[in-house]
Amino acid sequence: MLASLLTVALIVGGAALLSWPLGRFMAALFSGRYAKADILFARIAGSSKDQDWKAYSVALLVFNAVMFAFVFALLSLQHLLPLNPDGQGPASIHLIFNTTASFVTNTNLQHYSGESTWSYLAQLAGLMWLQFVSAATGIAALAALARGIAGHPSMGNFFIDLQRAAFCVLLPIALVVALSLAASGVPMTLEGAAQVTTLEGAAQTIARGPAAAFVAIKQLGTNGGGFFGPNSTHPFENPTLWANFIEMFAIIIIPMACVWMFGRMIGRIRHAGAIFGVMAALLLVKITAVIAFEATPSQAFADLPIEQNVGNLEGKELRLGATTGPLWAAITTSTSNGSVGAMHDSLNPLAGLVPMAGMWLNETFGGVGVGMINMFLYIIVAVFVAGMMVGRTPEYLGHRIEGREMRLAVLALISHPVLILGGTALFAATSWGVDTLANSGAHGFSEILYEFSSSAANNGSGFEGLGDNTAPWNWATGIVMLIGRYLPILVPLAIVGSLMAKRRSAESAGTLSVEGNTFGIMLLITILIFGALTFFPAAALGPIAEHVTLMR
Amino acid sequence: MERASLFERKLVVPALRDSFVKLDPRTLVRNPVMFTTAVVAAVATVVMVRNLAIGSGDPLFEGQLVFWLWLTVLFGNFAEALAEGRGKAQAQSLRSTKDQLVAYRLLQNGSVEEIPATQLHAGDVVRVIQGQLIPADGEVIAGVASVNEAAITGESAPVIREAGGDRSAVTAGTMVIADQIDIKVTAEPGSGFLDRMIALVEGASRQKTPNEIALTVLLTGLTLIFLIAVGTLPAFAAYAGGEIAVPVLIALFVALIPTTISGLLSAIGIAGMDRLIRFNVLAKSGRAVEAAGDISTLLLDKTGTITIGDRQASEFVPLPGVALGDLVAAARLSSLADTTPEGRSIVALAGDGDAMPEGAEPIAFTSQTRVSGLMIGERALIKGAVDAVLRRLGDKADPTAAAALRQASEGIARSGGTPLAVADGNRLLGVVHLKDIVKAGIRERFAELRRMGIRTVMITGDNPLTAASITAESGVDDFLAEATPEDKLALIRKEQAGGKLVAMCGDGTNDAPALAQSDVGVAMNTGTQAAREAGNMVDLDSDPTKLIEIIGIGKQLLMTRGALTTFSIANDVAKYFAILPAIFVVLYPSLGVLNVMGLATPSSAILSAIIFNAIIIPLLVPLALKGVAYRPMPAASQLLRNLGIYGLGGVVAPFIGIKLIDIAVAGLGLA
Amino acid sequence: MNHILPSLRLWIATLLICVLAYGAVVLGFAQTVAPFQANGSIIVQDGRPIGSRLIAQNFTQDRYFWPRPSAADYNGMGAMGSNLSPTSDKLKQRAAETVSRYAAAQDDPIPADLVAASGGGLDPHISLAGARYQAGRVAAARGLPVRSVEAVIDRLAFAPGGAFAPDRIVNVLELNMALDKLGR
Repeated sequence: MLASLLTVALIVGGAALLSWPLGRFMAALFSGRYAKADILFARIAGSSKDQDWKAYSVALLVFNAVMFAFVFALLSLQHLLPLNPDGQGPASIHLIFNTTASFVTNTNLQHYSGESTWSYLAQLAGLMWLQFVSAATGIAALAALARGIAGHPSMGNFFIDLQRAAFCVLLPIALVVALSLAASGVPMTLEGAAQVTTLEGAAQTIARGPAAAFVAIKQLGTNGGGFFGPNSTHPFENPTLWANFIEMFAIIIIPMACVWMFGRMIGRIRHAGAIFGVMAALLLVKITAVIAFEATPSQAFADLPIEQNVGNLEGKELRLGATTGPLWAAITTSTSNGSVGAMHDSLNPLAGLVPMAGMWLNETFGGVGVGMINMFLYIIVAVFVAGMMVGRTPEYLGHRIEGREMRLAVLALISHPVLILGGTALFAATSWGVDTLANSGAHGFSEILYEFSSSAANNGSGFEGLGDNTAPWNWATGIVMLIGRYLPILVPLAIVGSLMAKRRSAESAGTLSVEGNTFGIMLLITILIFGALTFFPAAALGPIAEHVTLMR
Repeated sequence: MERASLFERKLVVPALRDSFVKLDPRTLVRNPVMFTTAVVAAVATVVMVRNLAIGSGDPLFEGQLVFWLWLTVLFGNFAEALAEGRGKAQAQSLRSTKDQLVAYRLLQNGSVEEIPATQLHAGDVVRVIQGQLIPADGEVIAGVASVNEAAITGESAPVIREAGGDRSAVTAGTMVIADQIDIKVTAEPGSGFLDRMIALVEGASRQKTPNEIALTVLLTGLTLIFLIAVGTLPAFAAYAGGEIAVPVLIALFVALIPTTISGLLSAIGIAGMDRLIRFNVLAKSGRAVEAAGDISTLLLDKTGTITIGDRQASEFVPLPGVALGDLVAAARLSSLADTTPEGRSIVALAGDGDAMPEGAEPIAFTSQTRVSGLMIGERALIKGAVDAVLRRLGDKADPTAAAALRQASEGIARSGGTPLAVADGNRLLGVVHLKDIVKAGIRERFAELRRMGIRTVMITGDNPLTAASITAESGVDDFLAEATPEDKLALIRKEQAGGKLVAMCGDGTNDAPALAQSDVGVAMNTGTQAAREAGNMVDLDSDPTKLIEIIGIGKQLLMTRGALTTFSIANDVAKYFAILPAIFVVLYPSLGVLNVMGLATPSSAILSAIIFNAIIIPLLVPLALKGVAYRPMPAASQLLRNLGIYGLGGVVAPFIGIKLIDIAVAGLGLA
Repeated sequence: MNHILPSLRLWIATLLICVLAYGAVVLGFAQTVAPFQANGSIIVQDGRPIGSRLIAQNFTQDRYFWPRPSAADYNGMGAMGSNLSPTSDKLKQRAAETVSRYAAAQDDPIPADLVAASGGGLDPHISLAGARYQAGRVAAARGLPVRSVEAVIDRLAFAPGGAFAPDRIVNVLELNMALDKLGR
């Protein structure tokens, strides 16, 4: 109990404190405070023109298309290229599509085990590269959104923003994290797998590789794709509790800082404070719930002579302590990271509901940049309803919200349940899904539900019992990830583009304040009602049904 | 205007009939949520009939379900029809007035022809004599007449209409009760004030406001989300090895989609306009009513709004060396012929004195001289603005006395009063202190507005000194002194550039540009046609203080919409807990624990939820029509209050309601 | 499409900086400062690599402490968890097999970590309780007094995170190597 409290306080509290200066730096960076760097970036890109929301969106899409094309080619040709000491062969086209889509969209859903599928070159120049640039894409999009809301005439220049995010934010922190991880035991070598003979004389082949560099950016950019199959439960990815703390820190720090960055760029730090409060409150509720639910011993061991005094241990690593597995589960799914510090498939049913809820809401800090963008959509809905309730035609920071904005916001918000529930329905009712399950009954349903939730939320974690490296799974989740990524980025930019064109009205005591507790409560309620009403039936048939069955 | 009470028989019966008329899909489709409800109700009906034919299913249960589904749609229609009906009754009487109108058109050759009013065109000139109804909107171009406008305003006191000036506009349907006037028609047939009013009160020309459109989008979005949430359930059930009957799915879907707010949405809008009409204010569009709620700057004319219309004499200030009695007597004499309230107040303050001397001639006030008074033979007793009096006396005035006069008058001006100089011949006697009387309670009103985030600006022709002092006394936030119509327009533009929404009222033709520029421009009905065209509201009582109430009505309209939206969505929590266990208990029996309300059977649970969903619409009709209680307070407290009542209430109420209905349904053996 | 050229330029720039330069710096640092960890914490005994300190290897003989169950069968190239849910019959079955392998009984229940498979299947540690539970078997097989085996356990047991994770654990490979050093 005490250890849990200390751990949560250290990770969440510490990251919240550190996010403040980082957010301040990011806001300064994206406001062009570092002119020399910007000049250099303009020279590198050969472009520094101001872009409106359309041009910015097109630039973003074109660069992401280049990302997709390059990595798709690299993964397809890995067996012909160097840096392949373990001789990885060609992968199937649908796995290549899925993997590329997964990393381009910052999802890092992995339908493979890295150590037995990809060459070091594919992992580094393909996947790790995407972990940098896809994260940078999200941060850039947030910067553009903030500029629009702040009332700047243009949204900035995507190519400059991307470099600012990649070179000035992600790269330096990744370096620090990578070096700390390497020192604490995460391998960093280009040698192939190690051959050893065990004490009992058996042969064991131990996969290794340039993991430290990879793991650092995977956490920092809310990517989450593991270098090794079981992700951050693998001892090489997460060798000590201290490494574990550094990684959890890395997962959540930039999403938190993005809120402050947004607040500073729009000149409304107290508004950001309210948003941060809502996100933090939801996160803490989820953390408390998952830790509490996971403290219950595994029901599978109940009738056996097994001493269970430390909660559910299936799928957990002893060196990481009793708290970090569930804590990590809450953090990684709240931030759209998707790396796992314990096997989510083996969580107690209600504990397993928490990560799903995190992905359904997808904005309790959320992915780098995009978490705040998702929150923007909820803010639009919240201020719309709240605005009417204070007797005014609704507006956000003086921008009137009318049919067009609402249409766009609703489009983006609906896409999430459509992708998740639609996909789940299709796979739950057909052999595409049913034949790939590791567990039967309600838990099997949860596996399908989780997979689509993770894809649509660009999270990437999984109930990994699912045999998901099949053509239907690879194609379907690949498409879901692409829609789930670009719609919620481009639509808010369009909304802001539309808001920017309107006469801005001044705020007064009669306008709805977007600061303080009242607004926070309204936003919280909006998120909860929206999420609960949409996903409650599915939750009832998955984790809740499993739980109540277990209880009997 | 006479207004019918909420559920009067003569309103309810036609509304019931209209509920069925409105089932026409072409009408329904304007409201996507209700349209969807009707479509799925139709599907449920077909399924029920098919099940009856093949003898499967539970006919009693399905029959009731279908019944309540249709009732949901009908209740929504009823709410709208009832709201419209209240206007329609009034429109009926207006229309009958209009149909009787006959015009006497003046022809080029000077003769008069009698034609139906509907054939009049803009530019025609008609003559209206005593006892006739004015056939069309227009401007008086010749004559003066006393006109009874009760048909429009409900106010039976006649008003004067005359050519030129700010009282030249006349409205079709009003009656000339004395004299005769020639009117130049300004409105084309069908677009006159009366026509517009008929359309407005009927709600026929009602366009959705931008806010209603946005809300409809949100509600449609929610409907789509629930379509997905419910539409995927059969597949989920198939995974669990069960199935869910189509009528049950439809019941769940209809219970979840925001039928409550959708059914009441147009009723709320119509009722908002209606509240304004009852308040004797005509809004030309729903948009104007909503804009009223957004007002952040309020321009108020000093006279009649902040101060009671007339200034009152409060003190006589003699110049040094002048006996007070001399001043009082002279002031009194000079005011004897003055019938303005100011003049009368001077006489009253002076007390008893001589009657009007024989042969005295009044000196009339003209805009050139700006003095008035009395000629008694060669002796001219005058009073007027200090400058005007000094100008009239010219160098005949004693310079020392003139300086003293200025000094005295400045003192009065500084204290907010208006100084009126009095002279007997060439001798300056002193000044009368005319005081603006600030209306009782106005200070509290301004404080209230300030709490609502509304800045008040007083518009006055007074000098800055006087204006500042009234500002201090009345608590108004700011003032625009010596205001010309151009200043007013410039002020509005400046405020708007700063993101403010501005409301004002005006009556004169020179107010028209400012009225048009402001976000809410309330034209006085006594004003000119130009002013009435320029504003987006017309105040039939011509009472400028009403601006404050108009803002309240606008806010109330939006709050009602927001509150019922919140209520509607919050209801879904309980409905989930009623219906989902009923459906899922077949798939996973242990999910029965979700039946927290302890509803009798799955069928009764579903039925109860759908019954609650239907009857909540008529239950909320009074709230939709009257509007939620509105008290001026800061936005944050307003939000918390409404969240508590309609959010929390919306979560709790259906738990109780559904449970009660379930007890009844189970008790009656309906399911 | 004036966005293509800048996109291509960024492609090159980010590859050079975020992959090549970044990777080289981390690789150089790791190989210089912490070469043992950087190459997989491979333990070399008598000139031959016998395993990684961080990766569980299988022990089946009674004279060795056994690690936690592995869904990957201790395959260093295919790490994975069981992904079985608490409601899974397969998990119940597997647990029952483990219990019978340890011959646990109601009056002598087995610590849960010895029954629950780890996340990656390569967890190198067992709990202190798990080690003590096996001490009797190992001591008997090696003909050592239980006390001396327990002394080794106590010497090697550590709390992985101080106050943050106070439950002590033992590295199985290190424990077994220490026992081998002890003899018999």
